[in-house]
Amino acid sequence: MLRPSSWRGAMLLRSQYPDASPICGGTDLMVDINFGRARPATLLDLTSVEDIDSWELIDDGRTVRIGAGMSYTRIIDELSGLCPALAQAARTIGSPQIRNRGTVAGNLATASPAGDSHPVLLACWAQVEAESVRGLRLIDIDDFFVGPKRSALEPDELIRAVRVPAATGPQQFAKVGPRNAMVIATVSFALNLDTATPRVGTGIGSAGPTPLRARAAEQMLQDSLDDRWDAPGSVDEDVGRQFGALVAEAASPIDDVRGSAEYRRHALAVLGRRCLSWALQDLGEGEVAA
Amino acid sequence: MTVIETPTRITTPSVVDGVGASATRPDGVPKVDGSFIYSSDEYHDGSLWGVTLRSPHPRARILAIDTSQAEGIDGVRCVLTHRDVPGSKTYGMKVYDEPVLAFDEVRYQGEPVAVVAASHPEIARRACELIVVDYEELVPNTDPEMSLTGRVDGLFGGGLARHVRIRHGDVGAARALADVVVEGRYEMGTQDPAFLGPESGLAVPLGDGGVELYVSCQNLHLDQQQVADCLGLPLDKVRLVLSGVGGAFGGKEDLNVHIHACMLALRTGRPVRMVYSREESFFGHVHRHPAIADIELGATRDGRLLFTKVRLVLDGGAYTSTSQVVIANGCYFAAGAYDVANVEIDGFATYTNNPPCGAMRGFGAVQSCYAIESAMDRLAAALEMHPLELRMRNAIGEGDMLPTGQPVDGPAPVQEILAYLRDLPLPAGVDHGTADMRARPGGVGNVTRGEGIRRGVGYALGMKAIGFSGGMDDTCTARVTVWIRDGEPVAEVYCAGPELGQGVVTLEAQIARTELGVRTVELRDKDTDIAESGASSASRQSWMTAGAVAGACGLVRDEILARGARALGRPAGELTLDGPEIRDPAGHPLVPVAEVLGPEAVSHAFTYRHRPTEPVDDERGQGNAHVAFAYAAHRAVVDVDVELGLVKVVEMATAQDVGKAMNPAGVEGQIEGGTVQGLGLAVMEELQITDGRVRNPSFTDYLIPTMLDVPPMPMKIFEFPHPDSPYGLNGVGEPPNLSSTPAILNALRDATGLELPRAPVRPSDLITEPPDGRAEPE
Ligand SMILES: Cc1cc2nc3c(=O)[nH]c(=O)nc-3n(C[C@H](O)[C@H](O)[C@H](O)COP(=O)(O)OP(=O)(O)OC[C@H]3O[C@@H](n4cnc5c(N)ncnc54)[C@H](O)[C@@H]3O)c2cc1C
Repeated sequence: MLRPSSWRGAMLLRSQYPDASPICGGTDLMVDINFGRARPATLLDLTSVEDIDSWELIDDGRTVRIGAGMSYTRIIDELSGLCPALAQAARTIGSPQIRNRGTVAGNLATASPAGDSHPVLLACWAQVEAESVRGLRLIDIDDFFVGPKRSALEPDELIRAVRVPAATGPQQFAKVGPRNAMVIATVSFALNLDTATPRVGTGIGSAGPTPLRARAAEQMLQDSLDDRWDAPGSVDEDVGRQFGALVAEAASPIDDVRGSAEYRRHALAVLGRRCLSWALQDLGEGEVAA
Repeated sequence: MTVIETPTRITTPSVVDGVGASATRPDGVPKVDGSFIYSSDEYHDGSLWGVTLRSPHPRARILAIDTSQAEGIDGVRCVLTHRDVPGSKTYGMKVYDEPVLAFDEVRYQGEPVAVVAASHPEIARRACELIVVDYEELVPNTDPEMSLTGRVDGLFGGGLARHVRIRHGDVGAARALADVVVEGRYEMGTQDPAFLGPESGLAVPLGDGGVELYVSCQNLHLDQQQVADCLGLPLDKVRLVLSGVGGAFGGKEDLNVHIHACMLALRTGRPVRMVYSREESFFGHVHRHPAIADIELGATRDGRLLFTKVRLVLDGGAYTSTSQVVIANGCYFAAGAYDVANVEIDGFATYTNNPPCGAMRGFGAVQSCYAIESAMDRLAAALEMHPLELRMRNAIGEGDMLPTGQPVDGPAPVQEILAYLRDLPLPAGVDHGTADMRARPGGVGNVTRGEGIRRGVGYALGMKAIGFSGGMDDTCTARVTVWIRDGEPVAEVYCAGPELGQGVVTLEAQIARTELGVRTVELRDKDTDIAESGASSASRQSWMTAGAVAGACGLVRDEILARGARALGRPAGELTLDGPEIRDPAGHPLVPVAEVLGPEAVSHAFTYRHRPTEPVDDERGQGNAHVAFAYAAHRAVVDVDVELGLVKVVEMATAQDVGKAMNPAGVEGQIEGGTVQGLGLAVMEELQITDGRVRNPSFTDYLIPTMLDVPPMPMKIFEFPHPDSPYGLNGVGEPPNLSSTPAILNALRDATGLELPRAPVRPSDLITEPPDGRAEPE
């Protein structure tokens, strides 16, 4: 067990022990160890590293920089206003115990298509700070997920932080599972109406080999909103249906123990339509937070 | 040991924490603060770890097993296969057909093939991976309908474990008179007991060649017999001690680590611990039988049931376990808690290469209650009658005849139970615009603000026998000892009836306090040194233990009073025992018990028997098979999102007759727990099995209800004293598990208008609307 107290120390140990598994909340890694799917000889424990368990505003307050060690519980408590969809996703993750330990960085490094922060990070065009002794680079979230449980992280890199643009308009996150709490998503969806640019962001979870963006749906909605961002009440109900249908089309789900591909597509169409109607309502009322 | 009259009187009703009080559980605080010793915590200096190698295939021939590489690892102490089983190569609760370690063939995925003892569990696991088993894979037989032919190669009995026939009255004639006939097929998936404490134990070799086993189980003596047979040891060389049981629900009636741990301990001469991992646990115990039921009901226009015809198929998987008894119990109650004169029931238990199924809370009656209660709602719809009204018109009562020809005796307050549910106000609707998202279908998932939500209400009624049926002579023995400590009498209760979490140890102490007036009661460890108690199953252990402990207390009391009588020179009949004092009829203290007993202890054992029963006959299934009956009903209120198929169970109201609430808090806990286990079976709990392989052996994907899935449960506990039982009590544990599932299914049918022929429902089953929301009402 390696337990660095500084980020610099963590970087050095990471390069010295390429086989060591980083561990933060341990809520993914320990499950793998208990099920015999992972048997790391060495653990690189990041929980004692200074200054990674908090957040700050950067870019003149336009972006929230969330440290790799910040728990979901703190995201819910402290970022519900700046990152409403991320906070909403955090509320759906696991149980209170899991939320006290689990982190967005761990969620990202696991890169499961069912990771609940992922659709939100896609919808918000987040960036991942990946750092090694070779230096720091910013990975656009669209380039981060490269396959099922595979990310663009290099073996010697650690996630230092995630940069999430602060909300400028309504955001939504919705997740379907057969239990009313503590459930892996059968399917999930995030929507971000960025009124500053303005533009539309989306993210889909658990409906493909990686988290996905519903590009055609984004484009369609952007075209429909066009110059009506200030008067969303005039947006036709048909837009909602089309939007839902395009979200469903963007998915490439499979049948598994958690649900059928057909159900997943159906549920995405419903979530897309409902999230949009709530977001437009909020937009009409001039609300930022969900 | 003597057999005397059943004690039913309460001697000192004013006693603190006696019978009828919500006395605190002795194991409660330790379980909460973490100091309770579960079987997985058992530890002995120098103990080794045992690990099991299991078959990856649902069916395969074993051509060879090579353990040499595994044996070569540092820290490995021994590797054992079927060749090393010293006694019987097979075991089982009813039939010895399950191999201790597989030989020739494996018949289900996860069947144990070899065991390893090593100095560290990780070393043992790695050694397991190095055991080379040469399998020739065979095509598994997994379709119970095929097994019904009784001609499937490679399955016991060609696939058919038992056919139960019940014939009562004349269904053909009744059909001709029926105004309305409904038919339906109802299926149920495989539920897992999902206890939180995995199978585990510690075996300690003894100097005399015997072995001591600390283990979590439901019946110490039946286990002892099987372990001794397989070890080739006499019974007195195999001592079992009950360790802390972290839940069982029937899944710990069959053996798990028992023989393996003992074999490893005897071979190595060292204590051996075994603890299944969560994943292994899903393969290490039996499940609830999946079911297919076809039901035909006929009634008059005004809703009088004329006939009931049922065909019930329960798949028992690879080995027998208790399948023949589960199917019998399923059949006994397949016509429900209704007075119906003409009944035809055919029940089949099958063998397949699916995971073995056996006892689970409700024992076959859960499957048949689900089916008949679903059919009753279909009949109510056909009659255009309220489902509760149809049930009240046909509810069984005292003196009515069961399909097995046995008249219902004991209290049968079904009308009272149903009337409670009828009269209870319905919960208010939810304003989904403003409500907390946890009050909505989908919960914290934030999937609806009221869109697509429909409310439904459903009812179901359940009935089951309490205790072992069919002519089993079933006993329970307890020993009670009283002695003086610091001038005060102390009682010790000793009884082998396993504490699984249901609270039987709390009752033992409550009864001793009530019968002897003592303040201090000590409970001795449960082991096989005393005569048997039977299993903590069939909702029988409180009844049986109460009979035994109260009986032993009575003998102790009589002896103390006889000694007092001698000392006082008064007839014993004039004296009463009240804790530290012997008193006269007016309540005046005459002499302290301490003075009467001095340094001597008074100790008596008592063996309790319930009334005798008889087996049913093979041809028509007739006979007085049952000790007693218990009844419960539920009213479920649900909200369903019909676009996403998500459910919020809003409320589960229930009423049950318990005879006597020995410990009201314990009774409420059982009713709540049983109701929630039934809720799980209605909306989420299913072991998904494809081609004999379990696809979700984890708590990530085998979902059980969380706090946020559990609704308020208004309940009415009736206490109609049972004439035959100690204190008038009745069994409590299983009845709430029967009607919970079908009440929810009926509520979901009410909400959606769908037939919903299968439990548990999946979200995709509940969708009535297209995804574009066009059918949504404004
Ligand atoms: C009961 C339970 C319920 C759960 N429910 C959900 C749920 O609802 N939704 C959901 O999305 N997830 C869920 N999870 C999974 C898990 O909680 C999340 O994925 C969580 O975000 C993981 O974070 P962590 O800090 O605990 O990661 P860890 O387990 O510490 O690490 C996970 C992976 O990330 C790597 N890693 C960790 N930190 C870094 C870093 N800074 N840089 C590089 N690599 C790193 C580790 O090496 C490991 O491979 C659940 C888990 C459990 C046990």
